[in-house]
Amino acid sequence: MQATPPAADGAPVLSLRDIVKTFPGVRALNGVRLDLFPGQVTALIGENGAGKSTIVKILTGIHQPDEGRIIVDGTETRFPTAQAAGAAGVTAIHQETVLFDEMTVAENIFIGHAPRTRWGLIDRRAMRRRAKEILAGIGADLNPAARLRDLGIASKHLVAIARALSIDARVVIMDEPTAALSHKEIAELYELVEKLKAQGKAILFISHKFDEIFRIADRWTVFRDGAFVAEGLMAEATEAGLVRMMVGRSVDQIYPKRPARIGPPALTVAGYCHPTEFEDITFTLHQGEILGFYGLVGAGRSEVMQALFGITRPSKGACRLGDQVRVIRSTAQAVAAGIVYVPEDRGRQGTVKGLPIFQNVTLPSLARTSRAGFLRLAEEFALAREYTQRLDLRAASLDQDVGLLSGGNQQKVVIAKWLATKPRIIILDEPTKGIDIGSKAAVHDFMSELAAQGLAVIMVSSEIPEVLGMSDRVIVMREGRIAAEFTGDDMTPENLVRAAVGIEGAAA
Amino acid sequence: MSPHDSRLPDHPTTAGRHIPDRLTSPAARALKSWEALLLVVAIAIFIMNAMASPWFLDPWSLSDATFNFTEKAMIAFAMAMLIVAGEIDLSVGAIIALASTVMGVAMSAGAPVPVLVLLGLGTGLACGAFNGLLVARFGLPSIVVTIGTMSLFRGISYIVLGDGAFTGYPAGFAWFGQGYVFWVVTVELVIFALAALAFGILLHRTNFGRMVYAIGNNATAARFSGIRVDRIRFILFLLTGLMSGVAAICLTSRLGSTRPSIASGFELEVVTIVVLGGVSILGGSGTIPGVVLAALVMGLVTFGLGLMNVPGIVMSIVVGALLIGVIALPRLLAMARGR
Repeated sequence: MQATPPAADGAPVLSLRDIVKTFPGVRALNGVRLDLFPGQVTALIGENGAGKSTIVKILTGIHQPDEGRIIVDGTETRFPTAQAAGAAGVTAIHQETVLFDEMTVAENIFIGHAPRTRWGLIDRRAMRRRAKEILAGIGADLNPAARLRDLGIASKHLVAIARALSIDARVVIMDEPTAALSHKEIAELYELVEKLKAQGKAILFISHKFDEIFRIADRWTVFRDGAFVAEGLMAEATEAGLVRMMVGRSVDQIYPKRPARIGPPALTVAGYCHPTEFEDITFTLHQGEILGFYGLVGAGRSEVMQALFGITRPSKGACRLGDQVRVIRSTAQAVAAGIVYVPEDRGRQGTVKGLPIFQNVTLPSLARTSRAGFLRLAEEFALAREYTQRLDLRAASLDQDVGLLSGGNQQKVVIAKWLATKPRIIILDEPTKGIDIGSKAAVHDFMSELAAQGLAVIMVSSEIPEVLGMSDRVIVMREGRIAAEFTGDDMTPENLVRAAVGIEGAAA
Repeated sequence: MSPHDSRLPDHPTTAGRHIPDRLTSPAARALKSWEALLLVVAIAIFIMNAMASPWFLDPWSLSDATFNFTEKAMIAFAMAMLIVAGEIDLSVGAIIALASTVMGVAMSAGAPVPVLVLLGLGTGLACGAFNGLLVARFGLPSIVVTIGTMSLFRGISYIVLGDGAFTGYPAGFAWFGQGYVFWVVTVELVIFALAALAFGILLHRTNFGRMVYAIGNNATAARFSGIRVDRIRFILFLLTGLMSGVAAICLTSRLGSTRPSIASGFELEVVTIVVLGGVSILGGSGTIPGVVLAALVMGLVTFGLGLMNVPGIVMSIVVGALLIGVIALPRLLAMARGR
């Protein structure tokens, strides 16, 4: 599948070769390559977790690669600090750049590298003059002396771009630059990209949106699971081809999905809305069903689930449990109604570190283990023992601090905690993210068993093999809305990705 | 249960390994605890005091010594639960001032003793409810809220009293702060002991106490576990207000008068007792027995220094040094061991 690298018109200004980066337990990048050419836009394409953010951090000197070479103008170099990357002319425009509201536009642009007078003080006049030049260069008509808090979001974005360009940039990284912009602002950003190209800057453009990539990129590079897949010229690329390379892997992992009898509706959600996070969410979940929710990070899946669990309140909409309409205003009400939620952020939302394992398990079930409000430790240990054993927890003792367990075992404690409440609906948000293979299999096996028992299961996952391997039905969300729903043979990797990134038209 | 209920099978499908409940017994744990250390410190100070002053071991002087801590310790029990939950109330001294002022106004109007007591408790509850509402309902940080209400409550008391004072409480009212239940056992000491028992049971033996620990260790995860975090926070402020009301009754009765400066600086002494008792100022850990021992240590130290005619300002230096020393000790030991 590897395309031959197209003949470059000129040598790359920056190249990465055989970059390896390992974090504890994860190999984020496994020998990737990337070439950026002057005056050209290279689109970096990949699913969540493909290694795109890691490569940006290596390019900007925030992370150091374990192995591999960074080559600038044919010379091998290193970016030990963010300053070093800046000095080499690499700059990044992030999704959310940190700006300082109380400072002026010019101060924001030059923070950390303001021009100095010969006395070593900040040369305000030079700073304003150069700020004006940079702003003019990107077509922004802003007063360098204006305070940032008085500006609108679009203007702030321009300041962020000006800041990125204030160093003498030769390589500009744009990480999902359009995520927070309106149509008009996106059009302006495209113009800016054209300007930068004309100035001979090499641009790395990271986006999930195919229409944008086809609109402005000259070249493409696909990463998958931290590995380089292929690269080529945009003119020769097709959407279908890129999607196939993004998804790539065959769904060959064995998932222990057992056929379950789909029962009557357990939960009907009608027209759930939230002012900022999601809109018009309508779906039905049945007993015995595993309903997968796929989408890109930020599509609003977790937010919908947290609204169902009573963490946030929907601004509109209703939900029915079985045949009663229920309004869920708090997590306590959700648990009482039999809805439980295994959160994605285990450390912050899942386990109470500092409390022992058994107390974590019994936390929502205290009413059952206690008598007249008084604790009964024997009952608690019995309940904790039952459910942790069922999930095959590995721990020294039930009295051990839950924070000492591995991620996978912490996840088992969270799941045990909820199963002990005997729920009707269990929502699992990225249930196997960042946990070891063994625990993964245990969690999958258990999900399947739960569905077979007649529980209704919602599984939010960004891993396509997991979604396809475990779900009876898949809902795809994009930008806070339900984009598509797939069952049976329509549940293909291509269909899911198309719906998630917003490619119109029939499946390939 | 409804027909929609689905239950898990009674037999486990995966043969889980057996995990022991505990590896160390609760007794072994207690022996190595902070509380054990405090007990040693308390005994040591007791012996030092006995050797330093021939009057120390007299039952009546020991009885007098208890007034050094009983009122503060009553509040410290409620404060300990609040701090375990990750909150704090710095307005407790001001609540005493306001409650005492309210009782003074009622006393001037000729209210009988039971009414004075109800007003003292009621004012404490109302102040606690106000703090709790601002923290739990509006999500404001408790340290800011209670610094504000500290000025607010005491300010009201200054407006009512100015330079003046309420004196002339009825004879029956003196029982709370000056009375004895039996021999040298004061009423305040009995209230202290009952409060210690009640809060000890509440924090260590009930679901409520367990949830307090959960909130203090990770409020977000507690909420994600179906706990009504805000409700529990509100109740804790209510309890702290109530105990401040009880302390206001005892203190006003003992002094026999109300001035707007009554109980000033109490909040820091209460927090000192709580922290000395081994309650983490970051929340999540600590015990009521620890707070009881810390109150005894504080009482013994100040009384001992008083017997030796040490001036008040030196006394506060000693108490400060004691606090920092005891807090630093475990960390110093850990560092020494780490080497």
